[in-house]
Amino acid sequence: MRAAFFGGIYNNHLALAAAMADARARGVDALYCLGDVGGFGPHPDRSLELLRASGMPTVQGNYDHSIGLGLEDCGCGYTDPRDNHFARISYAYTQEKTSSVHRPWLAGLPERLSVDAEGTRLVMVHGSPRQQNEFLWESTTPDPFLERLLEQAGADVLLCTHTGLHWQRRLRSGRRVVNVGALGRPANDGATHVWYALLDTRKPEPVELIPVAYDFHQLVREMREERLPEEFVETILTGWWTTCLEILPARERLRGRY
Amino acid sequence: MLTTDTPRPLAPAPTVRFRWLDTLWLQVTGTLCNIACQHCFISCGPKADQVPMMTLAACEEALAEGTRLGMREVYFTGGEPFLHPEIQALVDRALALAPLTIITNGLLLDDARVEWLAERFRTARYSLDLRVSLDGMTAAQNDPVRGRGTFERVVSCLRRLGAAGLSPVVTVVEHETGLEGNAARQAFLEFVRGLGIRQPRVKFLPLLRLGREVRRTHGYEPEEAWGAHALAASVESSLLCASSRIVTAQGVFTCPILIEKPDARLGDSVGQATRDISLKWDACRTCVLDGLRCNT
Repeated sequence: MRAAFFGGIYNNHLALAAAMADARARGVDALYCLGDVGGFGPHPDRSLELLRASGMPTVQGNYDHSIGLGLEDCGCGYTDPRDNHFARISYAYTQEKTSSVHRPWLAGLPERLSVDAEGTRLVMVHGSPRQQNEFLWESTTPDPFLERLLEQAGADVLLCTHTGLHWQRRLRSGRRVVNVGALGRPANDGATHVWYALLDTRKPEPVELIPVAYDFHQLVREMREERLPEEFVETILTGWWTTCLEILPARERLRGRY
Repeated sequence: MLTTDTPRPLAPAPTVRFRWLDTLWLQVTGTLCNIACQHCFISCGPKADQVPMMTLAACEEALAEGTRLGMREVYFTGGEPFLHPEIQALVDRALALAPLTIITNGLLLDDARVEWLAERFRTARYSLDLRVSLDGMTAAQNDPVRGRGTFERVVSCLRRLGAAGLSPVVTVVEHETGLEGNAARQAFLEFVRGLGIRQPRVKFLPLLRLGREVRRTHGYEPEEAWGAHALAASVESSLLCASSRIVTAQGVFTCPILIEKPDARLGDSVGQATRDISLKWDACRTCVLDGLRCNT
């Protein structure tokens, strides 16, 4: 089986389209989305239409849950006033611009998808198998904790997103954890491309994290036309996160500029 | 029929379901500290021996049990953790198993220790984080509660950490008016940035009316009924006591602020302490109503 896994779209319909094309060119059998379709970027309906038209199985993210049910906030749980300020702008924009025809679809998405890939049990979630908005960061997620989590979830390979930063780890048991990263914004590394995960069960190292280039200048034009904050635009143009910084662990934070 | 002079029965304290062990706290130095802050909620100090220091072996045992129970992270607290004679071994043991946060007053972080911490920060398997306490942006605001001269010494420590490329979380207790709200947070962030910390982080903590603070100001007011503040599911699941326990040399307790309450002792081992608890202590109101969370 060869499959692609997309996380954190954040309204970046241009990166989503580029990643779908990239994965298809690599001959994948299936595409999956791990949630958080909205937030941050322009024109929420464009990503939703792309996803729904493709028939891509999609896991519900906390953003999808909140937008789908019309809740008050995104459920990320910021306490820093600056992060909260920008999170509110992003959420209010997506809330206002998401067409009502997509809300029941978002609200009805499953929290977990499981697939048997030639004897390997893949479990897909947004945050973690036990909590939709739990962050699994590379530097703060211990191996014994992951072993337990995967055992409880019955997973040989756990695929997640939510943090916006990609990483993968093979555990002592042979189980594997893959944070597929995000298509919505760059990985706070000073580069403009975004990331997704490609699984090929025939390869000895079955998971590859793939960088995707897309027309970020066009995205910036659309963001400015929609009067989204320049802080969001800066992230797309420079590859450095300017907001939602509070959630980063010390090590991941120090790799970034802000 | 109730008359106006009949006391109304108090609603029972809510119960908090234990979800899972995310955070294991170790009271590594007990109540031993090199300073005696006027607002310390467990009356730590240079002569405070009511809770003794943990041995390296006891810490290792707790870490091993936490690992078996699937813990996500470890916190070292005290007292002052850097008073522990084997602190470097303790840090290495913890970091081999899980991410670690050390809660410190910063006064013992000289050049050599900062260099050692920076090296561990760069090379350890998991994330190492520091939380340094500072209760004001001036000596006049900080020193009356933390002790004369502490402001200058902590500021020097923060400059050293910043110069070594580290970014500690600066913890501020809201011990006087003007230290709460967004404006104070913003001002503090800029103050910390001015000390050479490139990515400043601050955490404001509401005052706990326990320990030495009772003498500085006052304790909790007589208990009010919980009934008016029903515990929402989202609040319950976010409380420290729903996913965390603290190990001391005297057993395992509900949470870091209750280690001097004999009835908050849950057992000899972490495994015995992973059960539901009742929010029956006055201080629980600070977590439920004021939103106190001791983790970063």
